[in-house]
Amino acid sequence: MDSNLQTPNSRLQTNKMIIKGRVHKFGNDINTDDIIAAKYLVSTDEKELGKHCMENIAPDFVSKVNKGDIIVAGKNFGCGSSREHAPRALKGSGIASVLARSFAGIFFRNAINVGLPFLQLDDADKIKDGDLLEIDLTSGIIKNLSANQAYKSEPFPAFLEEIIKKGGLINYMKHH
Amino acid sequence: MPYTIAEKILLAHTDKTDIHPGEFIEARVDLALGNDITAPFAIAEFKKSGVRKVFDPKKIVLVPDHFAPAKDLQSANQCRILADFAKEQKIENYFEVGCMGIEHALLPEKGLVSPGDLVIGADSHTCTYGALGSFATGVGSTDLARAFIDGKCWLRVPQTIKFIYKGKLKKWTSGKDLILYTIGQIGVDGALGKVMEFSGPVINKLSVDDRFAMSNMAIEAGGVTGIIEPDEIAFDFIKRVHSQKFIVHSKKLRTTNYELRTLKSDKDAYYENIYEYDVSKLEPQLACPHLPSNVKPVSKLGDIALDQVVIGSCTNGRISDLRIAARILKGKKIKPGLRLIVIPATQKIYLEAVKEGLAEIFVEAGGVFSTPTCGPCLGGHMGILAEGERCLATTNRNFMGRMGSPKSEVYLSSPAVAAASAIKGRITHPDELGVRC
Repeated sequence: MDSNLQTPNSRLQTNKMIIKGRVHKFGNDINTDDIIAAKYLVSTDEKELGKHCMENIAPDFVSKVNKGDIIVAGKNFGCGSSREHAPRALKGSGIASVLARSFAGIFFRNAINVGLPFLQLDDADKIKDGDLLEIDLTSGIIKNLSANQAYKSEPFPAFLEEIIKKGGLINYMKHH
Repeated sequence: MPYTIAEKILLAHTDKTDIHPGEFIEARVDLALGNDITAPFAIAEFKKSGVRKVFDPKKIVLVPDHFAPAKDLQSANQCRILADFAKEQKIENYFEVGCMGIEHALLPEKGLVSPGDLVIGADSHTCTYGALGSFATGVGSTDLARAFIDGKCWLRVPQTIKFIYKGKLKKWTSGKDLILYTIGQIGVDGALGKVMEFSGPVINKLSVDDRFAMSNMAIEAGGVTGIIEPDEIAFDFIKRVHSQKFIVHSKKLRTTNYELRTLKSDKDAYYENIYEYDVSKLEPQLACPHLPSNVKPVSKLGDIALDQVVIGSCTNGRISDLRIAARILKGKKIKPGLRLIVIPATQKIYLEAVKEGLAEIFVEAGGVFSTPTCGPCLGGHMGILAEGERCLATTNRNFMGRMGSPKSEVYLSSPAVAAASAIKGRITHPDELGVRC
């Protein structure tokens, strides 16, 4: 079991292993109603969901996001409901990755399943709104180009790495 | 090796001979649940996989409850996806409007959940069934799609935190107050990724409905599930709801490892943490905006005027919840200008409330009595809040904008406090009304 926990390597499935973008900073306990309010759960279209991402807590968020930008948050990101619409809305808004001190359990599963690259980062508090980050998903190293700092994210357990590498849960099953 | 009840159930759903917290397992599920919000994604993913038939139609439950009866064309289309899939896959446990109810009240009532079961649901409040001694947890739509395919789910064996409640509950203090207090103590991530095991003399005497309210809100502390060892109170409930001798779904549990009546945590099981609360002096608790952990006792709240009161949801829409609300509201009128919305969680509860005269009490008091739906709890329909409005609800979440405008506020409480507050038009201790509990 413990060996599972200590296997850093390929990180998240994505066709782009380096993500470079500006930071949109959020606090602790960002819940799934914040990410996408329930009134919009009548759509399964990522782009449509993306238009309303973070609407309740940051009404100008979507207009400020450039494709490839990064969310950095505190603890318990994605708490609340099981809605898979949340990571899909983030993708639809143009967000390329989420870094947080910790993630809520169901959001964690959903982010893997929908291919939203996310990393657990103890140093999330050191990053400021508007910082330019360069994330290497292969090594888990995050460079803060604005602050001239570098951070190392928590590695994923091997079991999850395998799901990610196979391109999500359904594809993983096809190989097993 | 000694195990907690959660670990025993998980072990029984694998081919393994032992199990350890932190370990990843592929577990066989006894029941997989989806609703009108989460199942459409799951059905789409299932269809994309190329698999034609679900692994076992008897182990799948589909409930259109969140936006049902359909609130608009888009939600009607989503509900239609469930109905069509159920027909195509011969899923008997699809509950159309008229048979349906809020899923987490409906499944236990229909006898679909037994102690020792492993239940997954694409809904975060699936943890509710832990009250019957099952391991029940919320997952995402893609996880549900995978369960449709092969009846399995990956899980990381969680550590367990034990909560021991001692003392004797005061007359207006309920399961809802216990769980609100607990979340207030440990925070919204106090049990992140862990099992919450509720135990102690207070739990041993708690009704099943109150236990459901507690287990239901385990997720509000980040809990994977909120489990209670099954006892005579749970078995009595199960005997009532099962038309036949109830079934333990896990073959392994049935035949080998554990007698169901001894399905308890081992005495020397490992707990990540143990919290012990003496709740003898605990008064009704409220979660204040905008987090379920922002909890205060009712006496510390001051004068908080309300525009709306909602009594219902998968937390507190059961018959005993409606009875206690009706006892307080009987012969009284709600504050003029306030809206009281009472939502029985299932058709059965609805009919009971009608037969017992509870519906009449609510309507005579100036409230409305709705068909079962999740409705306002998640800001769907049937009671959306305008900008600047404040609601007291017996639901489970009070996130910003949860029930409507991001500039509205939601407080969470027990049905007793909600009913008393509807009469006074402000947050009120039921004692103020001089009603006998």
